[in-house]
Amino acid sequence: MNPAAQAQQQDLLKVEPASPAASGAPVTPTTPVLCLCGAAARVGGRTLWSGVDLEVQAGEFVAVLGPNGVGKSTLVKVLLGTVPAAAGDIRVLGRRPGEAGHRVGYLPQRRSFDSDLRIRGIDIVRMGLDGDRWGVPLPWSRSRRAEQARVDEVIELVGASAYAHRPIGQCSGGEQQRLLIAQALVRRPEILLLDEPLDSLDLPNQSAVAALIGRICHQEGVAVVMVAHDVNPILHHLDRVVYIAEGGAVCGPPSEVINSETLTRLYRTPVEVLSTQDGRLVVVGQPEAPAVHTDRHTGREK
Amino acid sequence: MGSASFSWNLVGDFQQMWSYPFMVNAFRAGATVAVVAAAVGWFVVLRRQTFAAHTLSVVAFPGAALATLAGFALSLGYFGFCVAAALALALLRRGREPGGSGESAAIGIVQAFLLACGYLFMALYKGLLEGPQTLLFGSFLGITTGQVTTLAMAGVAVLGVLAVIGRPLLFASVDPQVAAARGVPVRGLSVAFLVLLGAATAEAAQITGALLVFALMVLPAATAQVLTARPGLSLLLTVVLGFAATWAGLVAAWFWPYPLGFFVTTIAFALFLLAHGARLLSTALANRIASATIPAGAA
Ligand SMILES: Nc1ncnc2c1ncn2[C@@H]1O[C@H](COP(=O)(O)OP(=O)(O)O)[C@@H](O)[C@H]1O
Ligand SMILES: [Mg+2]
Repeated sequence: MNPAAQAQQQDLLKVEPASPAASGAPVTPTTPVLCLCGAAARVGGRTLWSGVDLEVQAGEFVAVLGPNGVGKSTLVKVLLGTVPAAAGDIRVLGRRPGEAGHRVGYLPQRRSFDSDLRIRGIDIVRMGLDGDRWGVPLPWSRSRRAEQARVDEVIELVGASAYAHRPIGQCSGGEQQRLLIAQALVRRPEILLLDEPLDSLDLPNQSAVAALIGRICHQEGVAVVMVAHDVNPILHHLDRVVYIAEGGAVCGPPSEVINSETLTRLYRTPVEVLSTQDGRLVVVGQPEAPAVHTDRHTGREK
Repeated sequence: MGSASFSWNLVGDFQQMWSYPFMVNAFRAGATVAVVAAAVGWFVVLRRQTFAAHTLSVVAFPGAALATLAGFALSLGYFGFCVAAALALALLRRGREPGGSGESAAIGIVQAFLLACGYLFMALYKGLLEGPQTLLFGSFLGITTGQVTTLAMAGVAVLGVLAVIGRPLLFASVDPQVAAARGVPVRGLSVAFLVLLGAATAEAAQITGALLVFALMVLPAATAQVLTARPGLSLLLTVVLGFAATWAGLVAAWFWPYPLGFFVTTIAFALFLLAHGARLLSTALANRIASATIPAGAA
């Protein structure tokens, strides 16, 4: 085997995230994997948010909350580099957005596959591994077997083995979501950007997927930035919250952000945060409550 | 043709057909066209761009009509028009997802305008009598060795490009957002694929005629995707099915006095129906087995 292929195979088989020395700027536990400084986003000539400061360390679980249309997905796209930031300095693994390649895993907001799409779940996961490579893969090569093993391993990790060989269009929303998480994980990213991954899941699935993401985050040291509609399923996994509203953002530990004072200051209108007996949080009185708006995307579906 | 009758002795039949050089050329050209159209068509079906494929195949007709009228090589007319129309489609649908509603409007515009051009060229060229039928429905007679070489070169070029861009194209077709985030040039690939589609269409249209390219592009791919959900296998099956339908059509057109296009399309369609039947049967059987084993397991 040639050295390049060998290196590639080692990369695939390694358990830890890719070594920082091998890939650009050094990322030590003290340097943040994600860093926004005075960042602003503008789409269609409208500024969505500005002056956002955020630092995320390896192994941190950060939720991005806020009402619909406030620019949460846009924040994720800015971090990916598919939407340019209008202002500020943004570093992803010490580089500019979009330059960290496969070291960033991404799960876009709610895509469901056509029910007649004849591609298996395992193929979708595999695309996360080598879908961006040009040329024809050599079948039966050793690196190919290592890749296959990695795909199987990650499918096992998300608990999708039972339906990974079915056409993805025939899987339920929750099954598709697990396969898509496997796709985002398959290259062992150091950062996971998840855009409403719990959307469209029923309650037991929500907590199961939330626990899975929490485990990946804390055990494997992957930084997770997760846009969420409802903070409750992920509340006890969270390290930090970014709450976007009214063109600005606050971030901090959940208890410091999701409380009546902070949100009232952010919205500039009285907002109350109620805590139920089982520890769930309910935000009352903000212009558009995220917890009750669940149907924004149903119009787009067939 | 009807110069001989079909005997079920396939070796003898092929020996008889291949004793005519023009038939050898027909089989060679048919094989090239079928393989290229099938491979490209597999992506067309996956990307839900059948309307674009149909438009590009219709565009082959004005291209050929203009070539006849202006007196330059037919294949130049085919390739020029199809590739130009592909670029026009790419330009009109910038920024839209493939298969979307915005796309169909843009495609309809291109199709209507170019069809009208085709009729104009036909009207201008008064001497065109048996021409239109050949342009629309194809002919396997009189394919020269030179034509076969041109077809083969164009086919190798299309397949070569497809082999290079195949994996990212599949990624971009199934999952554009993640592909884009991974650095796959989704837009560029979409333009490149339309151009490939134009070239493949132009190639196939010379044999099958403008109306039946579509059959060779879409039917084998749709059939294979009914049979399997494994991408590699499905692509391979598409090529085999397209090839089989074309050669079987050529044999049929040699022994029976009906158009080649009719045979190819009918065979491809029959395979499609068979595939659906086979899948229904296998699901029914699987259900039967499942329902038979559950009570047994419980007992
Ligand atoms: N490409 C775009 N062009 C114009 N406006 C856009 C574009 N993408 C998003 N927007 C607008 O930006 C706002 C924020 O979108 P988004 O980030 O998806 O919100 P969220 O994810 O918080 O619900 C919305 O009002 C949306 O309509
Ligand atoms: Mg969003």
